Amino acid sequence: MTAYVVRRIGLLVLSLAVASVVVFALLRLLPGDVATTIAGTQASPAQIAAIRADLGLDRSLPAQYLSWIGGVLRGDFGHSQLNGTTVSAELNRKLQVTLPLAAGAMVVALALAIPLGTWAATRRRTVAGGALNALSQLGIAIPSLWLALLLVWLFAVQLSWLPAQGFPVDGWDRRGAAIRSLVLPWLALGLTEGAVLLRFVRSAVLGVLDSDFLRTARATGLTRSQALLRHGFRNAAVPVVSILGLQSAALLVGAVVIEQVFTLPGVGSMLVTDIGNRDLVKVQGEMLILVGAVLMLGCTVDIAHRIIDPRIGSTV
Amino acid sequence: MRRAARRWRTLRTVASAVVRRPTGAFGVAVAAVLVLAAVVSVWWTPFDPQATDVRAAWLLPFQRGHLLGTDRVGHDQFSQLLAGSRETLFAATGSASIAAVLGIALGVTAVLSPRPVGAVVVQAIDLVIAFPGLLLAMVLAAVYGGSLATVVAAVGISAGVGVARVSRAEIARILSQDYVLAARAAGASTGRIVRKHLLPNIAPTLIVQLSLVMALAVLAEATLTYLGYGSSPSTPSWGGLLHTQQDYIRVRPLLVIWPGLAVALTVLGFNLLGDALRDATDPRLRSGVRS
Repeated sequence: MTAYVVRRIGLLVLSLAVASVVVFALLRLLPGDVATTIAGTQASPAQIAAIRADLGLDRSLPAQYLSWIGGVLRGDFGHSQLNGTTVSAELNRKLQVTLPLAAGAMVVALALAIPLGTWAATRRRTVAGGALNALSQLGIAIPSLWLALLLVWLFAVQLSWLPAQGFPVDGWDRRGAAIRSLVLPWLALGLTEGAVLLRFVRSAVLGVLDSDFLRTARATGLTRSQALLRHGFRNAAVPVVSILGLQSAALLVGAVVIEQVFTLPGVGSMLVTDIGNRDLVKVQGEMLILVGAVLMLGCTVDIAHRIIDPRIGSTV
Repeated sequence: MRRAARRWRTLRTVASAVVRRPTGAFGVAVAAVLVLAAVVSVWWTPFDPQATDVRAAWLLPFQRGHLLGTDRVGHDQFSQLLAGSRETLFAATGSASIAAVLGIALGVTAVLSPRPVGAVVVQAIDLVIAFPGLLLAMVLAAVYGGSLATVVAAVGISAGVGVARVSRAEIARILSQDYVLAARAAGASTGRIVRKHLLPNIAPTLIVQLSLVMALAVLAEATLTYLGYGSSPSTPSWGGLLHTQQDYIRVRPLLVIWPGLAVALTVLGFNLLGDALRDATDPRLRSGVRS
């Protein structure tokens, strides 16, 4: 187990290194001069020269990469070329929106997928089970941003129960308002991700229902729900947990989209704004953080997977 | 000649197995409507999709011949949807083509290369697969500016890596068959083996995956265009429509319904088509049909 964890973390570090090179390289592939692009068409030659010196563009590419990655390792993700704000400080603020958004959506997705997926599996040959299955197909096909707009129309425009968009300026100091403005984003993101998850829960439970050990458990006198609760879920959890890693990555990326629909001041909005401004230093730092988060989630899930199911072979 | 006839028969068997299922028939119908809409819209739409006419603004469905109504500047929504289907079809087929070529190329390289190279390719596939396609599209947009081409490239590349990962085992299985060994002994080149032996045998699993890639691409194109990383707003597209019409959701919510419905139905169609193809090409089921 320890050997596996060490090797898996080694692979994570390697992936992070590769990801940083890829992000760095992609943004240096920029056609034309990077400093001119960042400065925009209105810039004076002096401004361009200042940016070039600030970015260290006069040095070789490997030197530029090393100085950037050295900063990242010390927690310095660079600073904006437009207004001088540091990426770390801004990120800290934006994560207070994005993390609750992603976590809440995950709770919604799980609360939807686990009971309904199990229910659909135990009633697979009934009309209701089939209908739920069809509904989940539809849920996968619906773009989350469209669902978001439909929810806005129903709950904000028609019923006026919840705000259509925005986030309180004071943030979490006004807890009630903050939560109210996150309810629709949670639903929009959580329901679409939940539909995907539901199908995995359903097929995992289906796999367990036909297993010999569950029949044995029934033979010892347990009812079907008792057998499922005591023996089935632990086994069904294995494939579900492994898909959970991919799903939380999808949630993080989905948050970028949902933040746009609801104009939430999160990491996604920050990224979209910075790409629009071609503030490449910030984009570089934000991309690395998002990809890093995805990679770390994958690593955590792989290790969790191993703890739940020690049978899995030791291939990394 | 006989081989062509046999292939035609297999194709017909699979096609009828797909259409026999209601879900498969729905998927085929959606794909057919998408292709038809895209082709027809090149020559004909009921109204000019880009024509603005303030006297025809805010019309409801069926008013004055506007099937789905008009928006703030009098754009006929049905014509916009028809014209937008071109973007959707291009995104789906373009991404699927890139994914197919890249997936097969990576898979064959991983299987046929000498050990260290093959192992590196396998590891690289596992590393890149964690890089979300949407973020790749955003990086590309940051560098090259948003366009349909960057969307197709990003979706195609990330889906292609996925195809490679899923197909690698199947490619390895096919390439270790006796008939491939025989062909190699007879002096066939790698290119010929890939063309004559690998592609026909991998086709069933590949088609299923590509159908799902198309669903993914339609969703991604709409989302990225909505975010502003796809085609320019002057080109009609379903994602662009969602972006424009969301500002008027209080006035005319129907305008948001149409493009979203178009995306959802298309994605559902390609997903169901993929499922039906999987059932129809499953070797366990197919051997029964063939004998």
